[in-house]
Amino acid sequence: MKTLSAQEIFEKLKGKFGDGVVSLQTESVNPPFAVVPPGSIQEVCRFLKEDPDLLFDYLVCISGVDHKDKFAVAYHVYSTEHRHRIGVKAMLPHDNPVIPTVDVVWKAAIYLERETYDLMGIVFEGSCDPNRILLPDDWEGHPLRKDYIYPEQYHGIKI
Amino acid sequence: MTEPISKEALRTDEWTINMGPHHPSTHGVLRLELTTDGEIVSKARPSLGYLHRGLEKIGERVAWAQFMPFTDRLDYLAGMNCNCAYAWAVEKLAGIEIPERAEWIRVLVCELNRISSHLVAWGSFCADMGAFTPLLYGIREREWVNDLFEMVCGQRLTYNYARIGGVSHDLPPGFLEKTKEFCDYFEPLIDEYNRLITYNKILVHRLKNIGVISARDAIEWGLSGPNLRGSGFAYDIRRAEPYSVYPKLDFNVVVGHADRGTLGDCFDRYLVRIDEMRESVKIVRQVIDRIPDGPVMAKVPRVFKPPAGECYFRAESPRGETGFYLISDGGTNAYRLKIRTGSYMAMNIFEKISKGVMISDIVALIGSFDIILPETDR
Repeated sequence: MKTLSAQEIFEKLKGKFGDGVVSLQTESVNPPFAVVPPGSIQEVCRFLKEDPDLLFDYLVCISGVDHKDKFAVAYHVYSTEHRHRIGVKAMLPHDNPVIPTVDVVWKAAIYLERETYDLMGIVFEGSCDPNRILLPDDWEGHPLRKDYIYPEQYHGIKI
Repeated sequence: MTEPISKEALRTDEWTINMGPHHPSTHGVLRLELTTDGEIVSKARPSLGYLHRGLEKIGERVAWAQFMPFTDRLDYLAGMNCNCAYAWAVEKLAGIEIPERAEWIRVLVCELNRISSHLVAWGSFCADMGAFTPLLYGIREREWVNDLFEMVCGQRLTYNYARIGGVSHDLPPGFLEKTKEFCDYFEPLIDEYNRLITYNKILVHRLKNIGVISARDAIEWGLSGPNLRGSGFAYDIRRAEPYSVYPKLDFNVVVGHADRGTLGDCFDRYLVRIDEMRESVKIVRQVIDRIPDGPVMAKVPRVFKPPAGECYFRAESPRGETGFYLISDGGTNAYRLKIRTGSYMAMNIFEKISKGVMISDIVALIGSFDIILPETDR
């Protein structure tokens, strides 16, 4: 067991991907985030999981965040072997929030991505189960977006 | 002489049937879409959301402190754990130090709540398996804990006890003595439970070798809490990523050890909960002996505005990891409040492990995961 700091983890990512990893966000953020371009999220996550010094085997949480002009997807990962953790973040354009799925890396992503799609409307490309989960399948809109308009009724039922 | 029955006439069909949302053994409003051929389930797909109240959206619209009562509704059997997890998360975000006594009180109520939650989990699990008496025992002992909580905050179910910066009231006079009395009364009862039902032949046969999850799979699918430890993997956030005063306390991380069947089966998850109650009693006793005097609230401004920032905090609840991902933009309410819960992740693996089991084993699986629906649906 060798616990690495976020800076050391970021250096390893930088060494592997070079400019493929954009920056490390540490300012008033806990745990710090490695910001990566959406296109390389699968490779980054696979490396995080499989590199013997990192071994991030436990996907803790996936959260979508609506920043009004763009979306963020935040992945919190943890290593049960080395007991270190880091966040990975990808920024998506607001008009077309699409990002490759990571359910090929961690199975835990299936439900987390479904929830993020359902409530935030971020599309996970290649997902093995790209369906809504908490809301009905024919629900319109994604409620956690900041510009969400509350519906008046659902199938004739007043909400 | 009758004709032999042709193969065609004997053929079986796959049926799709609904189990729930109103079904006594789904622990709430869970609907499972079962695809079955006779009694054998080929697929059980959970359909969630019947209890979705949009807690995350509400969290963005109410002040930071006002969200506290909503966390009670996150997991109504372990309100204290959710209360405290949220309070710890906000304090971490805002960098608030809380008084030492408040930390000890929180650990005390969290562990008491863990006992009462596991009691209900155990009782209702046994009731699902056809043994009704344990439920009555579990509810009877839970009354003690409810009485204690009523003393401390006036509520028996939705406590709203933690505050950002401490707890709402100090412990009332006589509380610690009564808690000690409860420990003395309760600890021998765990052995009685084991004599009553745990090693009962019928129960063991209903649970062993059913729903086996390897430690590797459990981690891969994001299980946490007793469900993960039942697979024999010693992972407890109180130890792995210690918070509050847990590092000062002496307790063991209970893991499954293939007591009757295969490692990681329903029986292991059952036993982990039984043994965890012992560990919680151990913690409660230590807190009673060592709780310091002092204030129970830090100075927190009435209009509370944490600085802009993000934090992810996780705490060990009876049903696994309760995590709060909070984003503040410096305002009076959260910009984003994401809740990660243990029950939700337990439903993730459900479809995978329910392939090829009997319909009655589906009931065993739900009970062994100890899911609670307000937590999955939020």
